[in-house]
Amino acid sequence: MERVPLTLSRRDFVIGTTAAGVGLSLGLYLPSASATPEMADDTRELNAWVVIEPDDTVIIRIARSEMGQGTLTGLAQLVAEELECDWSKVTTEYPTPGRNRIRDRVWGSFSTGGSRGIRSSQQYVREGGALARMLLVGAAADRLGVAEAECRAADSVVTHVPSGRSLRYGEVAGDAAKRAPPDSVTLKDPRDWKLIGRPVKRLDTHAKVTGEQVYGTDLTLPGMLNASIRACPVFGGTLKSFDEARVRDMPGVRAVVRVDDTAVAVVADTWWQADTALRALPVVWDQGPNSAVSSASIAALLREGLDAHDAFVGNRAGDVDAALAGAAKRVEAEYAYPFQHHATMEPMNATARWTHERCDVWCPTQNGEAALQAVVEAAGLPAGQCDVHKIDLGGGFGRRGFSDYVTQAVKIARQLPGTPVKLIWSREEDMRHGAYHPITRARLTGGLDADGRLVGLRIRLSGQSILAAVMPGALKDGADMVTFQGMLPDGDHAISYSVPNLLIDHAMRNPPVPPGFWRGVNINQNAIYLECFVDELAHAAGTDPLAFRRALMVGHPRSLGVLNAVAERAGWGTPAAAGVFRGLAVCKTFGSHVAACAEVSVRDGRLKIHRIVAATDCGYAVNPQQIEAQVEGSFVFGLSAMLYGGCTVAGGAVEQHNFDTYRSMTIAEMPQVEAIVMPSGGFWGGVGEPTIAVAAPAVLNAIFAATGRRIRELPLRDTDLRVA
Amino acid sequence: MQELNINGSSVAVDVDPATPLLWVIREQLGLTGSKYGCGIGVCGACTVHVDGRAVRACSLPVAAVTAGQAIVTIEGLSTNGDHPVQRAWDDLDVPQCGYCQPGMIMSVVALLADNPTPSDADIDAAVTNICRCGTFNRVRRGIHLAAERLRDGGA
Repeated sequence: MERVPLTLSRRDFVIGTTAAGVGLSLGLYLPSASATPEMADDTRELNAWVVIEPDDTVIIRIARSEMGQGTLTGLAQLVAEELECDWSKVTTEYPTPGRNRIRDRVWGSFSTGGSRGIRSSQQYVREGGALARMLLVGAAADRLGVAEAECRAADSVVTHVPSGRSLRYGEVAGDAAKRAPPDSVTLKDPRDWKLIGRPVKRLDTHAKVTGEQVYGTDLTLPGMLNASIRACPVFGGTLKSFDEARVRDMPGVRAVVRVDDTAVAVVADTWWQADTALRALPVVWDQGPNSAVSSASIAALLREGLDAHDAFVGNRAGDVDAALAGAAKRVEAEYAYPFQHHATMEPMNATARWTHERCDVWCPTQNGEAALQAVVEAAGLPAGQCDVHKIDLGGGFGRRGFSDYVTQAVKIARQLPGTPVKLIWSREEDMRHGAYHPITRARLTGGLDADGRLVGLRIRLSGQSILAAVMPGALKDGADMVTFQGMLPDGDHAISYSVPNLLIDHAMRNPPVPPGFWRGVNINQNAIYLECFVDELAHAAGTDPLAFRRALMVGHPRSLGVLNAVAERAGWGTPAAAGVFRGLAVCKTFGSHVAACAEVSVRDGRLKIHRIVAATDCGYAVNPQQIEAQVEGSFVFGLSAMLYGGCTVAGGAVEQHNFDTYRSMTIAEMPQVEAIVMPSGGFWGGVGEPTIAVAAPAVLNAIFAATGRRIRELPLRDTDLRVA
Repeated sequence: MQELNINGSSVAVDVDPATPLLWVIREQLGLTGSKYGCGIGVCGACTVHVDGRAVRACSLPVAAVTAGQAIVTIEGLSTNGDHPVQRAWDDLDVPQCGYCQPGMIMSVVALLADNPTPSDADIDAAVTNICRCGTFNRVRRGIHLAAERLRDGGA
């Protein structure tokens, strides 16, 4: 058995496909197992992506994780399009990260974040489908004794066109699997797509309406025990001691274990017993260096950054100081965005079984390879003796790109060799140990000339860097370019406006609260800062906010396209219903162009969001009905954060513990969302995250239109809208 | 031992009477469709029916349920996953991650049993389940679709 040391180098980090790399990927490349990777998983395999059974069942392998975003179905569509198979015969399976390692990463990255699932694997999964089809056609032609060129494939049947004779895929799959793969492949012209671009139904819906879908929390293994865990609630604190004797005889309790320096867990027959005993367990913590950290101290740290000299430049054009000095009118404003918690409906969990020879983990993860890396490190076993078995996620939103809960499960199981242990975090544990949306503040200064044109824009961002905390190797000369998401000069996260004199920089200020990638990442606050401030500038200029934006967007036709689309559909410029006011927002992020127009009313201080029109240009749209679902859902995520989100800190710990204090929107607050999916072709943009960016600013701008009140701090629940 | 009537069958369970019904259902009876989300009766992922009424099973001690009360979970809602609400959910692809949906569906079924023609305001008042993926627009459409089918004879 191979023994490959797992060493990580900077080169090993995957940070996405762009220079700025809003890589939500925590992907660590595991070193390959051998120089000659083991090949097929079974003899029927046509290639890594496709297996066809004798009964014509098509098994498409999916490397990315399904967490609700529909990537499972979308990726299968991409393979099936080129495979020319019967869509009704398609099923899917996940290869394990361990197999990927053994096979020299034949499935590429497993990392599922950054709205990258489709766009960064579309090329090779389509090639996988096309190569498999070529093998099937070749095998059928040989069987029929005809030329390959005279055959065509469709709906899982190869037909010899001149004679009309045909063979089903299932009949020739065995022969096809033995053929050498073709050297090259030509993918279809997008105009010939039959399955890509169609609103096909999801492959995973039925099990989700019957309760049959197994999530990590539902998993049961023979002889399995259950664990509940508590880590020091103060960030940076450690576990001093616990009084095991007080709970040892409680019903079902099997073990009370020190997990590591920071956490203790109770293992019991059932999870309820484990959690009940844990709540009764007296624990003494060493609170460490951060016990005095509070929301106020963090705000002071960030305010200092607004005026500091140490700042990384993200975007610079012209001479902003001169432009502002010479401006006919200057506008200045300060905005802030709080910590947010992912609050996946399914709390963090993992099931581990450890023996001296082997460690297996079953878990919901957005990054199977990183989870495997965590298992290998925690198990103390060679990589070849470990594997991770992925389970569909009950929500991810970026949280499950981290593997802390996987590490814990292995450390617990290691203390009970041979016994599978399912670790489920209580909701309270989940909220106190997040990978929180980073906290930032911004000061924005704009200069207008005598005609009301924007001649200078200065943005100082101050606050937390995710990369500095979780992948410092991805910093660029110390700078975290991901903090400039939506404000960069070019690329997937480019600013949608042309301003002649511009300076955007970032003073990195890192409070001791662990940050993480939270659906949308830094575009969540950056789009609020920029889009609300542009609205302020339009009002200061006495110009209609749509016209003001359009004047800055001449060089940004696709962003202008989505903005125009929402304005037109919403009826911008025509009167809304009595008491209803509109707000706009637009941006480019994750390679896609998105815009929203919100319609709200505010009566007696009560906000009602009536309707939102949202447009997305993601280049190619693989499954429009799932894009609509992602757009609709983005408003729940973005508006929940705007209305109720926000984690506060006291005594070095997060104060919100459950859904009563970290609230989320319900159906009563959900506006009707009209999604316009308008793929212009020629590029592959992301879908899962971009729209969140425009949710809050469109609503905040509409609130201003309704009340004259400019909201610059969130969450909104802290603001009395009755006060102008 | 405590007697429970669950999905039409009588079962005896041997648990601490303070154990929430949710954990009896999940861990003693092995019916894992009902989910743990918050443990304080806020999110609704654990919603089941007791005598046709939607209850948050995570916050109801099993001792509070008598042997004569009918408990129905998502697994017992229909024989083939074909309750009109489940079919509407299927047809509209309502679920995303799906974790909250068994509870959501149980809430909706209870609403429709009570009020076969709910207005949007009725839905707003009755369905308070949290869904972090944000399926609410489709949930609303699904409720109206299921209500329409139920009115047309449950077809």
